[in-house]
Amino acid sequence: MTARSVIVIGGGTNGLACAHRLATAGRRVTVLEAAPAMGGGAAAAEFHPGHVAPALAHLVTGLDPRVSAAMALARHGLALSAPLPTTVLAADGAHRTIAAEGGGASGPDAAAWAALHRRLAAHARALAPFRLLPPPRLSRPAPGEALTLARLALGLRRTGREAFRDLLRLLLINVADVAEDELSDDLLRGALAFDATLGSRLGPRSPNSLILYLDRLAAGGTAHWPQGGMASVAQAMTRACAAAGVTLRTGARVRRITVTGDRAAGVELASGEMLAADLVVSAIGPRSTFRSLVGPAPLDAGFFRDAGHIRSRGAAAKLHLALTGMPDFRGADPRARLLVAPSVDAVETAFNPVKYGEVPDRPVMEIVLPSAHEPGHAPEGRHTLSAILQYAPHDPPDREAARARMLAGALAVLEDHAPGLGALVAHAELLMPWDIEDRFGMEGGNWHHGELAVERMLFLRPLPDCARYSTPLPGLWLAGAGSHPGGGITGTPGWNAAARIIETGA
Amino acid sequence: MGTTWDAVVIGAGHNGLVTACYLARAGLRVCVVEKNDWVGGAAVSRELFPGFTYSNCSYVSSLFRPEIMRDLELPRHGLQILPYEGGAVFRKGGGYLAMFRDHDANRREFARHSPRDAEAYDRYARDVLRHCRFIRPLLMRTPPDPSSFRPRDIAELAWLGRQVAGLSERQIAQMIRFWTMSIADFLDEYFENPVIKAYLAVSAIIGTALGPMSPGSAYVLLHHYMGDVDGNIGAWGFARGGMGAITRALASSLRAAGGEILTGRGVERILVRGGRATGVVLQGGDEIRARRVVSNMDVKRTFLRHVEERELPEDFVRRVRSFRTRGSSGKLNIALDALPRFTALPEGAPMIRGDLHFTDSIERMERAYDDWKAGRFSRDPFQDCMIPTTIDPTMTPPGKHFMSCFVQYAPPRIAGRDWTDADRDAFGETCLNQIAEYAPGFRDLVLHVEVRTPRELEAEVGLTEGNIFQGELTFDQLLFNRPVPGYAQYRSPIRDLWMCGSSTHPGGGVMGAPGRNAAAEILREMKLPAGMSDAYAVL
Repeated sequence: MTARSVIVIGGGTNGLACAHRLATAGRRVTVLEAAPAMGGGAAAAEFHPGHVAPALAHLVTGLDPRVSAAMALARHGLALSAPLPTTVLAADGAHRTIAAEGGGASGPDAAAWAALHRRLAAHARALAPFRLLPPPRLSRPAPGEALTLARLALGLRRTGREAFRDLLRLLLINVADVAEDELSDDLLRGALAFDATLGSRLGPRSPNSLILYLDRLAAGGTAHWPQGGMASVAQAMTRACAAAGVTLRTGARVRRITVTGDRAAGVELASGEMLAADLVVSAIGPRSTFRSLVGPAPLDAGFFRDAGHIRSRGAAAKLHLALTGMPDFRGADPRARLLVAPSVDAVETAFNPVKYGEVPDRPVMEIVLPSAHEPGHAPEGRHTLSAILQYAPHDPPDREAARARMLAGALAVLEDHAPGLGALVAHAELLMPWDIEDRFGMEGGNWHHGELAVERMLFLRPLPDCARYSTPLPGLWLAGAGSHPGGGITGTPGWNAAARIIETGA
Repeated sequence: MGTTWDAVVIGAGHNGLVTACYLARAGLRVCVVEKNDWVGGAAVSRELFPGFTYSNCSYVSSLFRPEIMRDLELPRHGLQILPYEGGAVFRKGGGYLAMFRDHDANRREFARHSPRDAEAYDRYARDVLRHCRFIRPLLMRTPPDPSSFRPRDIAELAWLGRQVAGLSERQIAQMIRFWTMSIADFLDEYFENPVIKAYLAVSAIIGTALGPMSPGSAYVLLHHYMGDVDGNIGAWGFARGGMGAITRALASSLRAAGGEILTGRGVERILVRGGRATGVVLQGGDEIRARRVVSNMDVKRTFLRHVEERELPEDFVRRVRSFRTRGSSGKLNIALDALPRFTALPEGAPMIRGDLHFTDSIERMERAYDDWKAGRFSRDPFQDCMIPTTIDPTMTPPGKHFMSCFVQYAPPRIAGRDWTDADRDAFGETCLNQIAEYAPGFRDLVLHVEVRTPRELEAEVGLTEGNIFQGELTFDQLLFNRPVPGYAQYRSPIRDLWMCGSSTHPGGGVMGAPGRNAAAEILREMKLPAGMSDAYAVL
């Protein structure tokens, strides 16, 4: 009997993690990537002669240890730095530093931060196992599932009565209230607000925002610089896949998923080439998968409508600067993760305009200087700065004007924190959410392939009918960031999906 | 006063009176003490301009539980609820969207604006009704403590589990989404027309410190929808004679059951001896002794102002301090010389007998909320205006009218400082001018205006920070989290000190459910029959 064949659409970290696991289990796997290189959001690009920046993600946080172990990523060349500390930039130079492992912070709130971090980290530990499972079914779970669910629920309760009550209160609270209750230092409050809302389309005063911080902690919480830059993550995964016998095809854009007799039967490429497979696994956005690649015909009308309701509004922009010298953030260590989030209100005020498709005057941001970590990211003596800016509108009425305003605002904020930085800028590249969509295919530029919010988490992600990676169309599976537990350079959704495919014998 | 009462209730708001009535009817000797010279709390009607009765706080009745009306024989004590028909949203550039109590009439009106939305309305109404149907039985039950292993809590959780198990997987998913998402996102899944969305979003923002784009706001809509008038789910009505008619009927029912009400007697502090509440000390020094004290005040006022901190566990005090009671609403009460004429409405249009809104998009509501977050009142506020005298002429002299304008949003403080009279007047002007934009000549009809900001609401009714729900309605403050995890069953850390106000489950609105649930818990502890009809779950 020949091995069953699988086509994986999308060669990002999740597509590769899924492909590797399936290949190891004996499937004949082909990964199809539309771009000229594998990696998706984990890639690097030369945006100015000699200046190379992480193309989208610029740090590794929450890489699934199951994935890095099984793919032997270290053997395939991936070396992560020690966890990076965070420096919260103060306009007067009195920065706060948050230790790499999260627990310690400098400044007047050191004790309060440590206490809050202990409390939240304990909750995150209790929630962490949920990330690694396919989301449990709520209605009529199979006996084994019910047992797992009961065990996990008991695990939550076993943290102690007070801790359990605390968790239930905090589960859907907004991060601003917690920051203001527990901390008094505006910089640390701002940092908490920023980290909770990073990558989401919520402000810190939006209910349900703290859980995103718990989720971040549950995924590991620490941030690492990959040696050689972000491209090395994709390269290591690609090598691991090649070693496992996966066929890797770049420049292969899928035009549609072919359906034969109510079952996904393969794909048709943009070139017109037809590929047949026993299973099709989509690691791209679920909305585009169903709405564009499958189409309404083989799907239930209600499901097709629901797929259209998957919201995927990106709210972050990516800034790359080629600098003629090293900027001075008033003495901050350039190898730290630098945050500009001076208060809860600063984050909230930066959020307000995107609700109306407008651009904030003063974006908040996470800054990484790749050239401070190692050579190779900028010509000798020069530097490269990479920043994630929040918040950016995903579809403003005048895109070019929005981009110009966003860039001006970001440069003004940077100048305030690193006087003289503006004069060092040789070239600036700003990727707005629609640029991110064009370049990486992520709908709306949302790096979670669909907003990560409580109403779309666990068994609700991306839709209840396909939350366990299988879809209503037999033979079609999901494995991307749009599925549980969401995006980031983790590989977890891809790994979980492969586990389900193997387990169900699909 | 040498007697010892079975119970003293602090505050003659609707919940305090409901609790007192049930206790009195169970045979307890009950005394209600009220700081104001009148009863009613925020369900009150007063003559604030000669000949004009104002419902100057709450202004519509929809949530008040029919079970309570029946148990306490309120119609016999003079309560009559008059349903009203609908209303209109005025569009900025002219024209309007009418709204009706009747689903089909609404649908026809929607079709005038968007045929697609008219179709979606059936789907929307069906879905929202299902969510209401699920939540209504929860209102009249004490929330179980999920961290407890007591048989009663486990039984109650099991009951809840059975309710959920009765739903399909898809329905469970829809319900959880509805509870956690924003009304703006929810409506986007059904409708395309901005005016229709603005109209339907209204109930999600009334009284809340959330914007229509805040997650969790869809639940607030449910909170306002789960009431009914004459069995019409989501319908609103007026109490004949003003909202005070509800509390007047309750007071009358209480007296008929042998209870007493002392007005003009504010409580100085709650007496605690040996860890038990034993009565209250009134302002002026008089003591009232009682076997139990029931507080209708909000949780912050009760425990941070009227109980000595040393009597309370430290954790509890910390949690009470962080309980959110940020006020978000203001109110204008206006005496009018005649019925105003709105340019957009045809002569004699029935819409004038219902809610009138001037906010024709969700974006305008959200921008007003952004102002609230920044500690400003909006220059373009959302107003829910009604002229109850078009249905109930008993409140004013013939031909004259009373207009109630509920304003969202008004911050509890202005840019970090207290409201001043000048702020209040500027706020009032902003609102009056907005109305006059749509009704030329409106300002000439105004005989008298009472402007109320969160400051006035706190000073008169005693609602901390002017929060009309005695605490925000977000999930961290609902069900077993309300008001404090571990104390959601109407009990407090002090024996014989009970809570019955809107700070407790299921929260605010002139509903009476917290008052009834608190009475049920007290009577259960005393092993007395509650004399309550079953909460009915039929819709």
